[in-house]
Amino acid sequence: MARCVLMVEQAGPLSTLQDEGRRGHLRHGVTWSGPIDRAAFAAVQAALGNPAGSPAVELSHGGITLRCVEGEAIFALTGGDFTARVEGAAAAGWTTGVLRAGQRLLIRDGGASNWAVLGFAGAIECPQWLGSAATLALVGLGGGRLVAGDRLVIEARLPGEARPLPLPSVARGPIRVVMGPQADFFPAEAQEALLDQEFNIAPAFDRMGIVLAGPALVPSAVTMLSAPLLRGAVQVNGAGTATILLADHQTTAGYPRIATVIGADLDRLAQLRPGTKLRFAAVTVEAAVAAARAAAKAQATWLAAVAAGQGSLADRLASANLIDGVVDAQGNE
Amino acid sequence: MAALPVCKPVGDSGVLLEFGDAIDPLLFDNILALDAALQAAPPPGLLETVPAYVTLLLVYDPLVTNFATVAQAALALAGQGGAARRAGREHRIPMCSDADLAPDLADVAAQAGMAPDAVIAAHLTADYRVYMVGFAPGYAYMDGVPAALHLPRKPVPVRSRPIGSVMIAGGQCLITTLPMPTGWWVIGQTRTPVLRLEDPEPFLLQPGDRVRFCRVSRAAFDAG
Repeated sequence: MARCVLMVEQAGPLSTLQDEGRRGHLRHGVTWSGPIDRAAFAAVQAALGNPAGSPAVELSHGGITLRCVEGEAIFALTGGDFTARVEGAAAAGWTTGVLRAGQRLLIRDGGASNWAVLGFAGAIECPQWLGSAATLALVGLGGGRLVAGDRLVIEARLPGEARPLPLPSVARGPIRVVMGPQADFFPAEAQEALLDQEFNIAPAFDRMGIVLAGPALVPSAVTMLSAPLLRGAVQVNGAGTATILLADHQTTAGYPRIATVIGADLDRLAQLRPGTKLRFAAVTVEAAVAAARAAAKAQATWLAAVAAGQGSLADRLASANLIDGVVDAQGNE
Repeated sequence: MAALPVCKPVGDSGVLLEFGDAIDPLLFDNILALDAALQAAPPPGLLETVPAYVTLLLVYDPLVTNFATVAQAALALAGQGGAARRAGREHRIPMCSDADLAPDLADVAAQAGMAPDAVIAAHLTADYRVYMVGFAPGYAYMDGVPAALHLPRKPVPVRSRPIGSVMIAGGQCLITTLPMPTGWWVIGQTRTPVLRLEDPEPFLLQPGDRVRFCRVSRAAFDAG
């Protein structure tokens, strides 16, 4: 391990440090947080050979610019269509690279997605709360937001190399939901509108959620005792505007949830750029669980491919056994 | 024996148990009992449980278990009844209601047709019970505001009330743990830290806990 220090020269407002999330405290009002695009986050760790869940930088449209002021580090950038460029070299998305003292690393928005993950081989030093570095943006707890002037200190694992990473196979088609748990607060027309009509992603979004533009889904009853909710909740206010709650969602709320987006479709939903049209389709909870398992299986295969170029020759040979089926997975794209 | 709760799926990883649709201390006893039973003997794949006024959310790992298995395990435990109920802890929380610490007291008094001191006196008689910790870290929703003080929330939230604000809306009371906009009515402030960020056990109030407020002088409040 070698010390590496990066200076944050510029950072968009949604730049935070995240790990896998802070579990076990929903009952205390503490949401899980963690990365919005969980597959992209997992790919960063696999690409770098880091333990799953190592702290990494999550960023959005504002991008981030880092300058290496000491040492060197191997980085990986994943997620959507963001690109990484080390000054003097070409920009690329879904890549690893080497950042040396004096060089700038520019992560930029490609215009067709919302979230990227930037990680470093080794460990980023960052504060934790309740055993997690995940930033709860509302209160700034955990690793925290990154702003210009901040320094990132990394116990960097070297050496490494620049190499392209295999892309995930992203499902197409409507975003799948399980109806409810408060679907009975809505008239049949509102439930049908959710499934039959087209919606748009509204301009405003953050780590708490995204707002839908489209037909109003006006509930027939709005008096509801606050109840717990989970990521993916399609929560509707009295005017019929739906918000889909993401990683920093509040843990309980008194607005009814007409449906809940299934885990397998949450990453791609969160990456839909404002203005993108989308539709929803209802599935049974049994189909939703089956989809979660299928997605986990496909992700394990893909992550093995992401990891395959990393590490020593012995590591690569060992991991080669894991990547049977990669061709199938990629063939499905 | 109480009726069994209704089980509803929450996406691919939650079971929402609905026990009723109105706040009821006995019903909440059942929720706490089932919560305790599940924590004592969690079925495989159960990640977290979240009690609230009339519901209990069970969060499960869909790679390990599924909705029907978790729901059946919960219903079996609920049907057994009689699980040891956790006795909620009792807290006595000092608060000061000097005018600058209780910006909405005069409005509450006017709407209730009472003197400000009578509002606080009524609040001090209340035996509050925590029915939910949610929304944001450590936000403990306590039921028990005396009927004479029931007011709807303000139509427009007020920005950033300080941490430790004691506020009421409808039958509910809570103590803020973060500076956030709120439409609730602030009738005092406490120095008792409800959310202790540096503490390994940061959450003072748990579902089922009971709270009574006592009034302290400005001097005592300022002394912390």
